Amino acid sequence: MLSPRLLAGLWMGKTAIWLNRRFGHGGTSFPGGIGRRVAPQILTALARQLKRGAMVVTGTNGKTTTSKMLAAIVEKSSLTLTHNRAGANLVGGITTAFIDSATIGGSITSDLGIIEVDEATIPQLVREVQPKGVVVTNFFRDQLDRFGELDKTVSLVGEALRLLPVQSIAVLNADDPLVASLGKDFPGRVLYFGIDDRSYGAREMLQSAETRFCRLCGHPLTYDWFFFGQLGHYRCSHCGFERPEPKIKVTGIQLKGEEGSAFTVETPRGTWQLELSTPGFYNIYNALAAIASAIRLDLPEKAIRAGLQGYRTNFGRMERIELEDGRRAFLALIKNPTGCDEVIRTLVQNRGPKRLLVIINDNAADGRDISWLWDADFESLEPVYPELRSVFTSGLRGEDMALRLNYTGIPAESIRYEANVESAIRSALEMTEPGETLYILPTYTALLESKAALTRLGHSPHYWEE
Amino acid sequence: MSKTSNRTLTLIHLYPDLLNLYGDRGNIITLRRRCEWRGITLQVHSASLGEKAAFDDADLVFMGGGSDREQTLLFQDFQQHKGPALVEAAEGGLPLLSVCGGYQLLGLYYRTHTGEEMPGLGLFDAWTEAGSTRLIGNVVAQAPLLGEQATLVGFENHSGRTFLGSRGGIQPLAQVTAGFGNNGDDQGEGAVYKNAVGTYLHGPVLPKNPALADWLLSKALERRYGGGSLSTLQDTWENRAHLSVAQRFGKK
Repeated sequence: MLSPRLLAGLWMGKTAIWLNRRFGHGGTSFPGGIGRRVAPQILTALARQLKRGAMVVTGTNGKTTTSKMLAAIVEKSSLTLTHNRAGANLVGGITTAFIDSATIGGSITSDLGIIEVDEATIPQLVREVQPKGVVVTNFFRDQLDRFGELDKTVSLVGEALRLLPVQSIAVLNADDPLVASLGKDFPGRVLYFGIDDRSYGAREMLQSAETRFCRLCGHPLTYDWFFFGQLGHYRCSHCGFERPEPKIKVTGIQLKGEEGSAFTVETPRGTWQLELSTPGFYNIYNALAAIASAIRLDLPEKAIRAGLQGYRTNFGRMERIELEDGRRAFLALIKNPTGCDEVIRTLVQNRGPKRLLVIINDNAADGRDISWLWDADFESLEPVYPELRSVFTSGLRGEDMALRLNYTGIPAESIRYEANVESAIRSALEMTEPGETLYILPTYTALLESKAALTRLGHSPHYWEE
Repeated sequence: MSKTSNRTLTLIHLYPDLLNLYGDRGNIITLRRRCEWRGITLQVHSASLGEKAAFDDADLVFMGGGSDREQTLLFQDFQQHKGPALVEAAEGGLPLLSVCGGYQLLGLYYRTHTGEEMPGLGLFDAWTEAGSTRLIGNVVAQAPLLGEQATLVGFENHSGRTFLGSRGGIQPLAQVTAGFGNNGDDQGEGAVYKNAVGTYLHGPVLPKNPALADWLLSKALERRYGGGSLSTLQDTWENRAHLSVAQRFGKK
């Protein structure tokens, strides 16, 4: 039973959620914020009731996808779940999810919590929730104007890991030296995941790698293989730090374009052939992080298989929009160089006539600094220039984007800019002909605008996945 | 019509693998394209840790900014191997663009929170003190160096406060009308000394400020070929992107 103060906080929060649903726009951090103001301990009091504890997912890219894949696996295991689904990953939004999930009497009846958390918030969250494990996906430059610099972000997550209860586990990406270095001085248990198969990637460094220097001693890392960014097979010849041997590893990959991929994964519980319905090489990493967490939580193989196969991309992560008469459209969030490069690679893999609309906003949630557009490798669009029928830009920084594309070699006069997102989408859709594919690449707040515009234009994707 | 030129310029990119924050490689992309569009070949040589840099044969130098860790990594190499020769060349008029951390390294010193002074190369009569908050945001500034009414736009993100002395006629590159600039106090942004430019502006700075890009290229051409004639480019998106920032964030 909760104390009167905690109950008061809970009820205030629940009222705010109800008001939000009734009148609001799905704003997700406000109710939790109110609850916390009345009862600062509320998240701790609710989270400690989870029967099997909570898993926390953090990192730059793939937090939402990884936690949703894990949620799909948990659901296939017939367990109940408290999950901050809407992607509100600051402490207010997380508290909202728990308040929403609790009974009026203040009980949490879920078996498990899955919490996606922003890197800057994670030490506080770990203190309050005492999770069973923390998954770290990767570290790339993202919204640096909020944190200062990447090193600080990595250190913050390292600090959070040291706050974990002793029986907890860190689930780390072995292929990202920034993530794997966190395992080096972590006293608790670590479960590494990674990709052994080298059918994808390159022996040479690609664009937009964060760092090729050892985080532990500062000397250059030697790479045998790069997947993307700084992810790959590496070692430091100076201090001996090297890619840890992953316990959960992919040994064979077959990419199937827009259909997704099939891969072989070796785990302590056997070797499995799995199918993933979500396209993009980077989603194999997200799947691996989800598999590693599921193994840590002792979830059955059948549920892992079914969860991953059934999981469909949503909320703009290479989402397909249904159009009539053989026209196709994809919507893919771009928010930092590495994620953007992967979207471009997926786009380049798909042959056929295409049109491109890039929508760049610089609101707080996008990151106000758009310099990253110049770190992203838009130059690698070059092989598909002959297939590119038109190029549009839009959003608050649409002119910056036009300039960026101009400097990749696309002539200035063939780029069209429309400030208003809805009219840009309308024009692009109108121009798209049967047999053609339109790619819409928005930043985060531009994605929200795009979804709303698509709905008004009669192409309604699901808003939140429920 | 001018004859088809086969002019070549050589740029040295210092520590591209370490000083590569916030899209600064866009500056190289910009210089390369703006040369290419005018029939000038721009050769880019990178010089990182342990690599030689021949400043004597160079026409341009670019140095970006990095995180504290990365700047510490290159500090010794720069101080001992490349820095002194770079200062000598810049004193001789070599055009140079340094952004953020690179700009700070070329000053006299950087004083940390604890009062330690990390010496710089002293090309610029300028010094930097660690601040308690980061100065972050869009910048709009007047830059008479680039023409009457000329503005500079960009995005700054730094905790160091830089102050300029007066040796050798060093001047701020621009006067901020929106944003913080060198130190948030005196409106100065960046520095110009001979043909060397320091700035806190990312964005990156050159794509949206083609006048600054062309200023550097003209200086380079002047030194190499005695004449800095640069044909005029259309600059459609350059100007539109510049204006959109100037209008949105500039003080009315």
